[in-house]
Order: sequence, then C-alpha cells, then structure tokens
Amino acid sequence: MNPEELFLVELTVNGTPLSARVPSRRILSDFLRHDLRLTGTHVGCEHGVCGACTILLEGKPVRGCLIFAVSVTGSAVTTVEGLVNNDGSLGIVQRAFHESHGLQCGFCTPGFITTIHAFLKENPHPTEEEAREAIAGNLCRCTGYQNIIKSVMRAAELIDSGVRDDH
Amino acid sequence: MILGCAMTTKSFGEPILRKEDPRLVSGQGRYLDDLGHDALAAAFLRSPHASARILDIDVADALDVPGLIGIYTYEDLEGRVAEPLPLLIPHPALLNGRTGYPLANEYVRHVGEAIVMVIAEDRYVAEDVVDLIKVSYEILKPVVGIENAKAAHNAVHSSVPNNVSAHSVKEVGDARAMIKSAPHKLSLDLFIERSACSPLEGKGVYAIWEEDSQELRLWSSTQTSTGVRAAVAAKLDLPLQKVECIAPDVGGGFGVKIMHPWPEEVLIPWAARKLNRPVKWSEDRREHFISSAHERAQEHHIEVGFDEEGRILGLDVTFFHDNGAYTPYGIIIPLITSTQLLGPYKPASYRVEFTSLFTNTVLVIPYRGAGRPQGVFAMERTVDAIAKYLKLDRTVVRERNFIQPHEMPYDLGLIFQDGRPLEYDSGDFPASMAMLKKMVGWDDFETMRGEYAAQGRKIGIGVACYVEGTGVGPYEGGFVQVETSGRINVATGLTSQGQGHQTVFAQIVADELGVPIDDVFVTTGDTRRFPYAVGTFASRAAVMSGNAIALAARQVRDKALRLAGEALECDPQDLEIVDGIIRVKGDHAKSIALKTVAVLSNPLRYAFDESAKAATQFAVGDTSKPPVPEDQEPGLEGKDYYSPMASTFANGMHAVIIEILPETAEVKILRYVVVHDCGRVINPMIVEGQIHGGVAQGVAGALFERMAYDESGQLQNASFMDFLMPYATEIPTVEAGHLETPSPLNPLGIKGAGEAGVIPGSAVFASAIEDAEGFEIRRMPISPSELWELRRTMKENA
Amino acid sequence: MKPSRFQYVRPRSISEAVVALQRHNSKVLAGGQSLTPLLSMRLAAPEVLVDINGLTELSGIELRGPDLWIGAIARHQEVLTHHLVKTHVPMIAQALAYVAHPVIRNRGTSVGSIAHADPAGELTAVAALLEARIHVSDHQGTREILAADFFVGPLESSLQHGELVTGVSFPVLDNTWGSSCQEVARRHGDYALAGVCALVQVLDHQMVSAKIAIFSVGGTPLVIDVMGVHGDPEQLNLKVQAQIEPDTDIHATADYRRQLVKTLVVRALTEARVHAESRRP
Repeated sequence: MNPEELFLVELTVNGTPLSARVPSRRILSDFLRHDLRLTGTHVGCEHGVCGACTILLEGKPVRGCLIFAVSVTGSAVTTVEGLVNNDGSLGIVQRAFHESHGLQCGFCTPGFITTIHAFLKENPHPTEEEAREAIAGNLCRCTGYQNIIKSVMRAAELIDSGVRDDH
Repeated sequence: MILGCAMTTKSFGEPILRKEDPRLVSGQGRYLDDLGHDALAAAFLRSPHASARILDIDVADALDVPGLIGIYTYEDLEGRVAEPLPLLIPHPALLNGRTGYPLANEYVRHVGEAIVMVIAEDRYVAEDVVDLIKVSYEILKPVVGIENAKAAHNAVHSSVPNNVSAHSVKEVGDARAMIKSAPHKLSLDLFIERSACSPLEGKGVYAIWEEDSQELRLWSSTQTSTGVRAAVAAKLDLPLQKVECIAPDVGGGFGVKIMHPWPEEVLIPWAARKLNRPVKWSEDRREHFISSAHERAQEHHIEVGFDEEGRILGLDVTFFHDNGAYTPYGIIIPLITSTQLLGPYKPASYRVEFTSLFTNTVLVIPYRGAGRPQGVFAMERTVDAIAKYLKLDRTVVRERNFIQPHEMPYDLGLIFQDGRPLEYDSGDFPASMAMLKKMVGWDDFETMRGEYAAQGRKIGIGVACYVEGTGVGPYEGGFVQVETSGRINVATGLTSQGQGHQTVFAQIVADELGVPIDDVFVTTGDTRRFPYAVGTFASRAAVMSGNAIALAARQVRDKALRLAGEALECDPQDLEIVDGIIRVKGDHAKSIALKTVAVLSNPLRYAFDESAKAATQFAVGDTSKPPVPEDQEPGLEGKDYYSPMASTFANGMHAVIIEILPETAEVKILRYVVVHDCGRVINPMIVEGQIHGGVAQGVAGALFERMAYDESGQLQNASFMDFLMPYATEIPTVEAGHLETPSPLNPLGIKGAGEAGVIPGSAVFASAIEDAEGFEIRRMPISPSELWELRRTMKENA
Repeated sequence: MKPSRFQYVRPRSISEAVVALQRHNSKVLAGGQSLTPLLSMRLAAPEVLVDINGLTELSGIELRGPDLWIGAIARHQEVLTHHLVKTHVPMIAQALAYVAHPVIRNRGTSVGSIAHADPAGELTAVAALLEARIHVSDHQGTREILAADFFVGPLESSLQHGELVTGVSFPVLDNTWGSSCQEVARRHGDYALAGVCALVQVLDHQMVSAKIAIFSVGGTPLVIDVMGVHGDPEQLNLKVQAQIEPDTDIHATADYRRQLVKTLVVRALTEARVHAESRRP
C-alpha cells in the first residue's frame, strides 16, 4: 500500500497564518488539535451532534468534525483560544461563563463559547427563550444548561454595559 | 458534634467563582487527548456479535499498511495481562462473579468487546488496519434482556447456566407475615430500562514507559488514579513505586470512569513498555456506547401491606438486575437499590430479594445515582399507589411514613454499600416536604388543573423523595503545604470531573489557614502528589477529601502558630492568621508572615533565595535544641486522613408539573422544583450546578434516554443521533430550595451532593404523568409514542 | 471514527467536476453535513471525493424566469434568510427552520439535502410538493429531473453515475399561495418522527388548491392532493391514512406516526391557509 498523498492546508487561525501537510481525509477538528496543536476545540462525537467541536469559519459557527481541512484551505478560522483578549484577559463570553458558573467539566464549553460569540453578534439583546434556542444545538452533560443560558444573558449584559472584546 | 474552628468563616459557604474556569474557558484545558501528540495511536477491533466463539483471526491483509506498528491478540498477552481482569468488589452474595480479559480469550460476550489491538502512527491508520483484519466466528445464541436471562435458554457464561451472578435476601422483621395480616394490600410490577452516563469526553489512556529507570507514567481519564495505578502495577508486575497515574482534566465521568482497570488501561501501558514508545488511546463515541458501561435496567415486583392511614406495615420487594456480560464492579448497584429503596420511610417490616443476571450486553457499573433511581422509582410508585388506593393526598401518605427528626439517628437494620450498618445520621424530612409543597404550590394545584382544563389542556403534578448515603469510606487524605513564596499547595488523591474541587478545597484551606484563596492551589488525582486515595464517586469527594484537607490544614495552622509564637515570643493562643499574616489578636503590629514562618520551619544550610537566608544556620536557631525537634518534621506542611465511621445521609424531594399534549402525547415540563439537604454547603453555586446537572440527567432518563438492544444483542442507538441526550430546549429551569441539617459525623458537617439531582427523576415524572393521565405508569422511560400507545391500551381495556 | 482513505479532487469548473465524477465509486462533497458522518463511521467509503465547494458559480440564489433557482453550494442558512426565498418561495424558509441547528445550516447545502434524497428531509418534501426541477450535469451535457421522478427510495435518487446536481429550481409562488411545514421531533432539530408540508391557494377567501407532502413516513416524500377533502377532517384523514405506510422503530410505533400525520395534516393546512391570508396585499 502506498503512503497517503498529502495536501498543504493553509489557514489563518485566530489571526495567525498556520499550515501543515495532511491527508485529504484529515478532519478539521483533528487538524486544529493535532497538526496545529490548538487543543481548545474538543471532539465529543465525530458525527456532528454534540457541538463540542464548533469553531468559527469566516466568522460563522460550524462543526469542526464535519469538515475536511483540505476543503477549507485558505479560510479564516477562529477557535476558543482566539477569543481571549490581546492582553490575556478573558473575552466577553468567556468571562460571562466564569461569572455565571456556566461550566463544570469544561469539555463542551469551547463549542458553546464560539457558538454564543457568533450568536451575540447577530442578536446582542436576546430574550432568555432566544438564548435557550441559540444554544440548543450543543450538548452539555454537566450543567443542565441553566447556567449556560445565564452566561448568554450575562454576556449580553456586559456588551450592553460597554465592555468590548479586543482580540 | 461538629468540631469547629474558632474563627470567622470567610469563604466557606460563599459562591466563590471557580479557580479552574479561566484556563478552561480559554481553551487551555488539558484533557487526555490533548496530551501526547507524538504518541503512537491505538484502535481496537471489537466484536460485532453479542455472543460468539472466535475461530480465527486473519491479519494477512493488514500487514502492509504504512504506519502500522503492531497487531495484538489474546495470544500475544503475557503474564498477568493474560489473566482475567480483577473483580474489584467481592461480596458473599456474588456467587458467580465473572470478569473479562483485556482482549477476548476465545469467547466474546457483548457487541463491542475488544478482540484485537492495533498500534499505529496515528488513529486514522490504526482504523485502516482494523478494517483489514478478518475474524471468523461461530455465532452463538445471545441472552438479551432480563426475561431471557431468567428463562436461561442460553447462557452468557457456560459455567453459569442459569445466568445468575448473585442472589441476596435481606429482611428486617417478617414482611410477608405483616403483609398477609395487613388491612390493605397492593401488588406492583415495575420496570426501568438501561441508560448510560454518556460524558462528553470518552475514556482515554496515555502511557509513557521510561526504559532507563524502568518506570511507567500513565494518564487516564479516570475517576480513580490510585485505583488504576494499583491495578496496572499488579497486571504489569511492576512495583507500585515504579508506576504513577495522573488524571488530567476529565470531561465528565458520572460513574463510568470509576470502573478500572478498563482493558485499555492495561493494554496501553503494556504496549508502551513492549514498544518502548509512548502510546495513546482516545475512545470514540461509538466505542463508548458499545464498550464502556450502562446502568439502570431492573425489574421489580412489589407486595405491600398497609393500614387505612397509609402506613406501610410490610414491604416485600423482589427484583432482577441486569448486570451485563461481566461483573468487575461486583453487585454494588443492586446492593444500593436494596438499601436506599427505603428512602425517608420506616416501613414496619421489609424484605428485599434480588437476583443479578448476566446478559450478552455491555457491562453495568454505577451511573450517577448508582441503583438509587431504581430503588426510589420502586418505593415512590408504591407510595403513590397506596395514596391512590386510599384516596389520600400523595404527600400525606409520605408524611405518615417519614422517619421523624427526633428519631435520628435511625437504624434501618440493613448493611449499606460500605459494609457498615445503614443508619441515617440526620435529616428533617417533614421540613423538606413542607418546603417543597410551598415552593411548588402543591395545595393549590387542583385550582391550577382546573384553569388549564378550562382551556382544554391537561396537566399533572408529581412528587418523589429520596435519601442518599454519601461520603462513603474507606478514607481520603489531604496534604497542605506552605511554600516559602507564600503559595499554598494542597493535594488529595481523589479526582475531579467538573465538581470544582480546585475551588471548594481551596475555600476550605483559605478559611482554615486564614489565607487569600488566590494563593491556594489544589491538585487532585495525581499519585505523584498524593498516593493514598479511593476515588471520586458516591457523592463523597467534599465529605471525604474536604474533611481530610481541613484536618491537614489545621495541622499546618497549629504548627505555624507554634513557630510564630516562638518567633514573636508569645502564646500561640493569642495569635490569629488573617490574609496570610500571623498577628497578635488586638496588637496587629506584632506579626510575621505565614511564608516567613514557612522559611523558618525548614532549617537550611543553603539559602536558595533572598527569603531563605532567614532560615540558614547562622541566622536563626536555638542552640539548646536540635534544629528539627524530635516530634517535628521540616517544612510547614500537614497531612491527614478522614475515615468515616459511617456514611452520612443527604436527602431531597422533587416535584414536577407537566403538561401533556392531547394529540401527540408530548410531555412539556412547566415547573421543576427541588428541595435539597446536603448539610453545610461549601460553595452554594457549585452545589446548585450539581443539582441542575443531575436533574437534567433525571429528565433525560425519564423521557428521552434508553439503550435499545435488539434480540440479537445489537445496540440500535449507538450514537447521539439515536441516543437522545437532551439539548437545552428539552431541559427545564430548576427551582431549588435548600435545607441544612448538618452532618454530626464529620468535622465540617457536610454531606454529599453530586448525585442528588438525578435520583428521583423517573419516579417524579411517572408520578406526574400518572396524575395527568389517570392510569398507572409502571415502566420508564416513556416516550410520547409509548405514552400514546399506553393511553390507547388503557382506553381499550376500560 | 476516522474516514477511510479517498482520493480528493477539487474541480474549478462544472466540466472538471463531471469528469471527476466519471471515476468509479466517486461522491460529491458539498456541505458534507450528511456525508461526513457516514464517512467517519465508515458506512460509506468512496474512492474519490469530488469537492465542489470551489464552484462559486453554483453558490447563488436567483430568480430565473418564473423560478427561483438555488445553486448547489448555497448554504441552508443563506437560503433560509434570503429575501428572494422569503418573498417568492417562503415554504423553503419554513422548512429550513426545522433543519438541524443553525450551526449545521451554516455549512450544509439545501441542494445537497435534496440530492441526498433523505426521506426524513424537510426539503425533499418541499421539492416534491412544489414540483421542483433538479438540474443535473454530466460530461455529455445537462438535463432536468422533475422532483416526482427524482426521489426513488430512501437515500436513493434517479441520478446516474457521473451526474452532478448543479441546482434546483422552484416555481415562484405568488401571494395567493400559502404554505406551512409542521413536524414532531423528539428533540429540537432532530429528524422528524413525522412531518407534513401543506401548500394552498386561496382566491376570494376560497381555497382553490390544497396539497400536502408527508415526510419521515415511508421511503420517499408522499404528495397528496387534498382539495376535495380538506374541509372534512374525517374524510381528509381517511384519504391520507390510506396512502401512508409508516414503520415502527425505536423512536415511535407505526400507529403513533399515523396519529402524528393525522394531527400534522390538519395543523399544516390550517397554518397554510393563515399564511395565504397574511400574504394578501
């Protein structure tokens, strides 16, 4: 059997150009985690249901486990690591999770954070129902979602009070 | 009696934000698969059949895959690795315990059982190799489900022809006689289906073998690193001292990760040593469904005798427990079911008989609640049935059967899962019930029902109570150390999967020592830092490690005050520690920093930094005594253990109001109310979070989740597409009320809280659905389709 | 769960794509939301994956004559929110609201969903009900397949080897038409246990056309003209029940699905009528 053909995949991840040569079947979440060593994005199911792998592709949340890295070469990707502010402080959504006890084991959390970050850009003043709906594509086994919804509302509150991300 | 410490509590009881969060929310967690990027990868060929004999394993086609390192079957295993996996919890009633092998030895007994291990450069390649291996089987007739196990037309283990692994009878009083002579009697048949913990992160093992020093370091996504360490050392024939096991960040456990050693926990280190290269295995979701563990399937038959007030005179429970293909975790679950079934009640007599059965399905080990949900379901359905029969309010019948506060401590006459008498130490069940009824508006519900009915809507209310034995032994330990920098290191051997241990244990130490919580750093689950431990399960971590750490911190405090007293030339009794400064009460100018005392506690020859100079031999020391006194040790540290006489019992009561849509039988949750008593609470925010998560699993287990095995033992829903773990839209907002009846059994007065939310889930929903529909609900979980079909059957039978 | 090896082709034009699809055991990769899990679970193992995400000429949503044309790589979420869709074929947007979750919709393609011929797919029902035309290209040329001829069985379409679906056209619905999609699923965003789309035309407050498409029940979407019976619930239900053959699975019994269809047909027709009335100027 021949060795696998490798493709150069070039992405701008969290503002930084990064690249690696990988087989065409390398899943994007694996590419980020193992080829680029950005392990903040997690893998919970590999069939698109749990949402732990959610990252931002050109600013829009997508499942990292349902994309081949080679298919999106040339794109801009944002992961949870990229939502930290330039001075090292937590971004708004991250801070809101911390203040609202929105995480316990933390495994699902990166997928929620990217999803919510994008959601609040579209809808910065959600009702609780809208917040619940917005996170209804991500699974969490620890929190029962209650404090995650609180985190969404807290993030909206922070944005309302003038806090801004810087990343 | 609570042994308190005489000072103002600053963070105990406060909703302190978690120290673990900043790292985790910024993607800096280190879970198992985040480690070992350069390690070799493992994948397994797992049995596609529920019961079969392996005839041949042909690897010829797999050998030329680039990146393959090795293929291993049972024939390749050596020494103890080739022996059956350990039976962790023996018990006299476990007559026919059986465990599996790390790789199947001729027979496979459930779909998913590992047969071949492949090691390769990466997981993609390893799976390619697995695909090319051809195994031929003689397919045998599988045993699936309790009825088939009982009927025993086929055996899971040929040496256990009746499929019975364990049988137990326990009696307190003569229940059968009491029932016979009781004014009223009822009979119920109840069933709960299999479900699973399903943490978002599966299992994982990463092992590094150091050839030069002949040492093994392994990481496992486990709830017990000391357990794994001991088991792996035994299997690999290594001295314990040569093996270290670390639990990294763990993405949820809920029980499935307390089981050890998993086959992979033995095989991955074995491979690492054999190949002299680091090896890592991360379980994928399908593997987790078919080769981890499930829980909950039980079938109960209940006979109950009671008087006209609804007081239970005799309770006779016979149940069957599905333990899956093997019993490595013994019969802890049915033992817990049989004892915790009684809940907050005191039936005049009780008989419980259980039979644990083998089936050709994934093994069964504790899932949050660990047998209590089944027991509570049985008891609460019985109490509801009594109330319905006597046309009494369901809460009134419960109140009449409650153990009363003045009767505490109350001995139920049984042996609990820790091998000790089942004795409730504290709890005020009438007060819990009163709070619950008020919060949910129990007494006004009929009015609410009428209002909804006027709009053509159907609602129901359910109630369920439970008692939970927590803080089970044998022990846990705590280590507290003050560094010369002022940093406080804390270690305990048990592990963390999101319970906020790095925060709550820091809160305890911050208070005990009088230091800022930001200076306190907690390590859990690392045998290098604390090697004596049991593990995180049974809602025990706060009680066990919390108390041990408090005791260790008190040792440090005592020593610090003694040394400070010497340095300040005053009586230690006159000193206090505030914000890391030891000072004379009332004369704050006379003070010495705790970190300086740390320096002084370790007489030095060499000053390694500026502050250390103060402790060198020409700077300090009473020449009339040795530098380190006889009964002392260098350093400012303490180590202590907490080993309880008995478990301490928490309790809770849940109520739920649901609406059932008439045409589709969909169940909507209108309100979910919890009253919870876990004694003194270290961090109320964290306890509430635990309750929310537990309730979510209770809702899931009542309305959404079950393992769907077909008759051939195939798991039909081995993915999140068909195993219906709920999203946020399916889970209600929980309203929680708290009671605190402190535990008299431990210095901090605390009880466990981890499992509370899930325990009465199926019971409370069955109660509410029955209340709405008017017919009996005896089987859970229930889907809208099943409810609709049941409605139809009931109508036809009427 | 990692996919098997495949050869990867990223054509820069439709003609390159159809040449690549000539190869044995090739599959089209568009949104990948349905295909990738199958590959990861190794339930599908094509030798060649033809990635059409670079074919920007297929990313559009435009009016072409009397039709709304949706290109092969237009994402669900773009389609859902597109003003042309909302104005001219609102049923597509109504159906898309039920498709999975926004995160899946950001990548999945509406045409891909139709090409996948999933009997549980909301869009397959919409395509069938609206008599959409599926545009297909191969190395010899192009052709159109009517929706009724396209869906052959569960996950089976009448596409031939080497053919690429380049887009789907939907006849525009003027504002005398109203529509609704209704479904019952176990969890938010799940595949429906049963679903019904309804399309009605109301002129002078009179219903003059009423059709439904039932999905998630049977191997292909089932379109039924209910004009004659829409006013009589019993007759309506009888007509519908006579044509459906639901299955029992781990989530629902056949009879329960019948009950759902009965309920959803009424709901969909009622809402479609309300929708029609609301569209009147």
